[in-house]
Amino acid sequence: MSGPNAGKRHEITTYVIGYVAALVLTGAAFGAVHWHWFADTTTTLAVVFGLALVQIIVHFRFFLHISFSRSARDDLQLILFSTLIVALMVGGTIVILLNLRARMM
Amino acid sequence: MSANEVKHAGLNLGDTDEVTHEQAGEGIFGFWVFLMSDAIVFALLFATYGVMLPGTAGGPTPASEYDMKSAFIETLLLLTSSFTFGLASIAMKHELGRVRLQFWLGITLLLGLAFLGFELHDFASMFSDGAYGSRSGYLSSFFGLVPLHGLHVFFGSLWIVVMMVQVSWFGLDARVKINLLRLGLFWHFLDIVWVGIFSVVYLQGLI
Repeated sequence: MSGPNAGKRHEITTYVIGYVAALVLTGAAFGAVHWHWFADTTTTLAVVFGLALVQIIVHFRFFLHISFSRSARDDLQLILFSTLIVALMVGGTIVILLNLRARMM
Repeated sequence: MSANEVKHAGLNLGDTDEVTHEQAGEGIFGFWVFLMSDAIVFALLFATYGVMLPGTAGGPTPASEYDMKSAFIETLLLLTSSFTFGLASIAMKHELGRVRLQFWLGITLLLGLAFLGFELHDFASMFSDGAYGSRSGYLSSFFGLVPLHGLHVFFGSLWIVVMMVQVSWFGLDARVKINLLRLGLFWHFLDIVWVGIFSVVYLQGLI
């Protein structure tokens, strides 16, 4: 069982798994907000953000075919470096500006 | 060098078209660099939005302006279009016929346009409530972030049209195939940004 035909079936399966997983995660996030599954808004927000993070990983894995073991090294290093930059700049922005807001209020 | 080697992000052509696969690595990596820099732009606009969120200046608030049903429909449209683009990529890779490739590209285009229609309708109803960009810091950051994604989807749709024309004029030569691989990465990337938008912007505003 190898060659292009088995490869094709495997690729279609990959996209279907990604699509179904993304649908479930999206449904869970919207459901949690719409039907107020959690009494506490902080918990709901944490759940929504957590589901978004999982869904982003699902998209990377099943639609962009990125994984730790199989990806070309350059691609993976670029993603990890971009993630580092994003974490520093987004984290820094939020910490500094929210601190400034708290002091000005 | 094995044909099945994974040379770049996205679907690899190794096991069906080794010649194109050999050329794809570099060209796709360049586009991947662009996508990651675009991701940083979006990440900082998300950070700005998060900081500006309380700054409504007595004007419209997220809870009064967002419509959950519309956001949900837009999410489903864009997610399904990402899936149908995947099927188009498979039709391209395994040479299942130009008709099938054009069919899936066409479906993806229609879903993208439907998404834009819903988004423009959302913006129009926000404008009619007096929620426009210069009203408050919160609305400035909203209209910096969400329409920028919409603009990406618009140019992605234009790109799909260009690729449908290229496929019918030039056939599936190496250049057209690599362009389709790049467009695939772009389209899947836009869906990833939208995951952030529906979670951080719409769901956070509606909790």
